[in-house]
Amino acid sequence: MDFEPDQEQRLIVETVRRFVQEEIAPLEGALDPDASELEAEDRARLVAKVKEMGFYGLDIPEEYGGPGIDIVTRTLMAIEMSQHRAGLYAPCYGVFGGAGLAQLYEADDAQKELYLYPTLRGEKRGFFGLTEPSGGSDPARAIRTTAVRQGDDWILNGEKTFISGADKADFGLIFARTDPTLGREGISCFLIDTDMPGFHVRRVIHTLRSSHYATEIEIKDLRVPAANVLGEVNGGFAIATDRVSRQRIPYAAGCIGLAIKAQEMAIDYVNVRETFGDVLATRQAIQWMIVDNETDIRTARYFVLAAADRANRGLSFRTEAAMAKLIGTEASARVVDRVMQIHGGYGMTKDLPLERWWRELRIRRVGEGPNEIQRLIIARNLIGRSLH
Amino acid sequence: MSIRLDKPWRILDEGSVEALPGQLGVYQLADEAETILLIGYAGGHSLFGLRSELSSQLSARGEGSFLFRCEVTMQYMSRYQELLMLHLADHGELPRDNNDDVATLGRLSPA
Repeated sequence: MDFEPDQEQRLIVETVRRFVQEEIAPLEGALDPDASELEAEDRARLVAKVKEMGFYGLDIPEEYGGPGIDIVTRTLMAIEMSQHRAGLYAPCYGVFGGAGLAQLYEADDAQKELYLYPTLRGEKRGFFGLTEPSGGSDPARAIRTTAVRQGDDWILNGEKTFISGADKADFGLIFARTDPTLGREGISCFLIDTDMPGFHVRRVIHTLRSSHYATEIEIKDLRVPAANVLGEVNGGFAIATDRVSRQRIPYAAGCIGLAIKAQEMAIDYVNVRETFGDVLATRQAIQWMIVDNETDIRTARYFVLAAADRANRGLSFRTEAAMAKLIGTEASARVVDRVMQIHGGYGMTKDLPLERWWRELRIRRVGEGPNEIQRLIIARNLIGRSLH
Repeated sequence: MSIRLDKPWRILDEGSVEALPGQLGVYQLADEAETILLIGYAGGHSLFGLRSELSSQLSARGEGSFLFRCEVTMQYMSRYQELLMLHLADHGELPRDNNDDVATLGRLSPA
């Protein structure tokens, strides 16, 4: 399979590419090199434009008013949308709209009224509270936040860390242990409001991403009504992991967008930069870097689209999504690193987007399940043994 | 680790500004009573980092009546937002000379 886009996909890709080149990239010159937000006026103008194009709320399922874009097309769009300075963690600065927390689509009707629909209307924001100081990759064992039943309520106590957006959220999903005698079967998911007494965002966690931070949360005697359990009591683990594989595909695709853009920069540069009387393009060491870049990009693109294609056809794609995440994040990081090398000193500066991409791509090897976990998933599926 | 910027205040004058590093980071500016008037940052576009930013403040405000303190950090954007949120948590409002939109800031409740 070559995964060449069909005519409609090509049209969409070209539209998004033009949007990035003509509407997004020109605004970045005036923004701080680490910025992840547009001026309010620019944002409103571009959101209106995206709505006109019919792409707003890309990830919202069609039955909830989304544009009904299949995952292969979505993946092709993600590759285009990240091709600018802030593109990895703020593709097109969010003007294509968000879908909210995917887990909310599993909520009951009353919960959807309170949390999902206001999120889709842009009135509320949520956060996903899974990771704890004891770990994030193995929630079945790492979750120590407790929830104890008291009458019609649950009382939650614990800590969460590396939580994005908790300080700006109106509500969140908190995963807590409701049965300490069980492993993954003893975890439940609670919808909590951030103005409930006992919910505290204690500090910002600074990372390589200068403009995006994570937060640390303390939950102290937080009283949550039983009606706020998402799904079944002790059914939280499945909720936590349910849509993870699907999310890994566009996550990897965004990385490839940076690699493609970096490769374009490298090819432009080696054709004009002269050393020892000739342009860099004539040097074999440089040519090999360009070739290695292209091989990495095409390999990653193939694996990401292969995973998307399986998901689109309703086939199991857990292994393929893990491979896409593994290869997409690592290959793109290698490409950006080589392009920095080609650019020499300039590659290290904030004059070019490369140093930001290099920092942010480093995070991608850990985020959305570290690459070692992706390897474990692939190994388990190949060897057929459970992890211990 | 303290999350507040609690270094000693220095007088905003030519000598102290000239001695500043040309690196990226965050700063606070205060009046003589140590009331914080402004939280700012030296970002990727600043010509000589903190030195340029504080030099601009000195030019705009004049010598002798203001204090400052700063912190060199590559995470200037998230640190800047953190300092604004801390000020909001401590005082219920932003410093007088900050025009940032409170609605876009997060809420911290530091222990």
